Amino acid sequence: MENLKDYIKGVIESLPPESLVSHVEFRDQVTLVVRQVSLLEVLKILKDDFGYKYLIDVTAVDRYEDDPRFEVVYHLWCHERNCLLRVKTWASQGEPPTIPSVVGLWNTANWHERECFDMFGIVFEGHPDLRRILLWEGFDGHPLRKDYPVEGR
Amino acid sequence: MRKEIIKLNVGPQHPSTHGVLRLLVELEGEVVVSCDPDIGYLHRGIEKLMENRTYHRSIPLTERVDYLAGAANSLGYVLAVERLLGISEIPERARYIRVIVAELTRIASHLFWLATHGHDLGAMTPLFYALRDREIIMDFFETWAGKRLFPNMFRVGGVARDFPDGLEQEIKKFALELPQRMRDYETLLTKNPIWINRTKGVGVLTKEEVLDYGLSGPMARGSGLNFDIRRVDPYLGYDEFEFVVPLGENGDTYDRYLIRLEEMRQSCNIILQAVDRLPKGDIMIEDYQVAFPPKDKVINGEYLIPHYLLVVKGFKAPKGEIFHHTEAPKGELGFYIVSDGSEHPYRVKIRTPSFVNLQVISKLAKGRLLSDLIALIGTIDIVLADVDR
Repeated sequence: MENLKDYIKGVIESLPPESLVSHVEFRDQVTLVVRQVSLLEVLKILKDDFGYKYLIDVTAVDRYEDDPRFEVVYHLWCHERNCLLRVKTWASQGEPPTIPSVVGLWNTANWHERECFDMFGIVFEGHPDLRRILLWEGFDGHPLRKDYPVEGR
Repeated sequence: MRKEIIKLNVGPQHPSTHGVLRLLVELEGEVVVSCDPDIGYLHRGIEKLMENRTYHRSIPLTERVDYLAGAANSLGYVLAVERLLGISEIPERARYIRVIVAELTRIASHLFWLATHGHDLGAMTPLFYALRDREIIMDFFETWAGKRLFPNMFRVGGVARDFPDGLEQEIKKFALELPQRMRDYETLLTKNPIWINRTKGVGVLTKEEVLDYGLSGPMARGSGLNFDIRRVDPYLGYDEFEFVVPLGENGDTYDRYLIRLEEMRQSCNIILQAVDRLPKGDIMIEDYQVAFPPKDKVINGEYLIPHYLLVVKGFKAPKGEIFHHTEAPKGELGFYIVSDGSEHPYRVKIRTPSFVNLQVISKLAKGRLLSDLIALIGTIDIVLADVDR
């Protein structure tokens, strides 16, 4: 465990200093909070230099009362060291919220980002085929937003 | 000769699509030019529903994510909540019961896969054999929990009900006999020339493609990627069990078939070890802020009130976020829970293996025959409820 902490420390030090907002540790899991402008750069460094080659998941959290409102979360896994890393950033303010797509780095992000778009209405810029995935075209609203009623409308 | 592209709708109602999967296929003759999955027919909004329930009341919902492996899903959820609460140890007996049930679920899921995958490709007999054995596992669950598909017996802090007398021995007998019976099932397929022709060289994935598409479970191990979460990030004390993680060489449908068969044998192996070590004792932690008091004590007011509060109000989880993954039968099942310190999770994301694994079908099907597409749906081993949530 100590090794892992040192390793994460090394990872943080080698990222460009202006890219990182903070890092949080909770229950032995590390979250790197990065600026949106440097998201692609950070993920590329993590993928190419630190072996975080497996993108487990892309998802979003609606912080309804905050501004910027949407957090976008990436879970990465390193197969060599068997460790997890969470990278977090914000989608831009305004409607629709936007964020650069990571499909160029991982093909698996394609469906994850489509799901995020479907459920939260976050537009992933540079996504090759951004359309609804679980709900049908023409569905009104984005159901995982906090202002969408549970019973539907 | 005139060449034209034919558009074909496979599904959503089609026996070989394992549920309600719709594939929009473009064909040139019999060759697939493009394949676009259309999913969401079984979307139930489970993530949204969980945001408005207490942590305990979500357990039955999670079991319905992958309905062929119900207990594997609630296990992943319960472990994630325990990690969020900081519960690192549960009573030994509960832990072993969880391991036994998780592995029985894996066998049941793989048996169903063997049945349907074989049937899709024209082998009728394995269906009857595999479902017969799966039925035995369902009977175990019924004896233990009263329910067949969704035992719904895992709770935060342990399990709700102990194994009834004699069930351990029945499970042990089954785990000893299944590998022998599986030898019979293998004679039907493993060296069958039709089976080999239909599966060898179909749906080949390299290690790089596995990483690029984020595949997990037998889909990743079929291509030789040594990634089994029970090994690389052990939970439930899986590191104390001896088992082999089978790896493929060619990354094709045939290799994944062999891997799933071997995984069933290894699961039997784990079950035997767990049954042998199963200690007597408690099945639930004694922190009644988060865990239910034993049913026979609830008549006493000292236990009744915490029980009542737990059912009606639930417990508060500390503020924070957690990602916990487990090796479900179909691959990596992850629960990402964001807590704002209240009785309800602020956000739950279920990272299901089927959703991620299904994505690769467009790539695999391109340039193959339409009949190979059926083999590909089978080899990815999807459950549409798991895809759509």
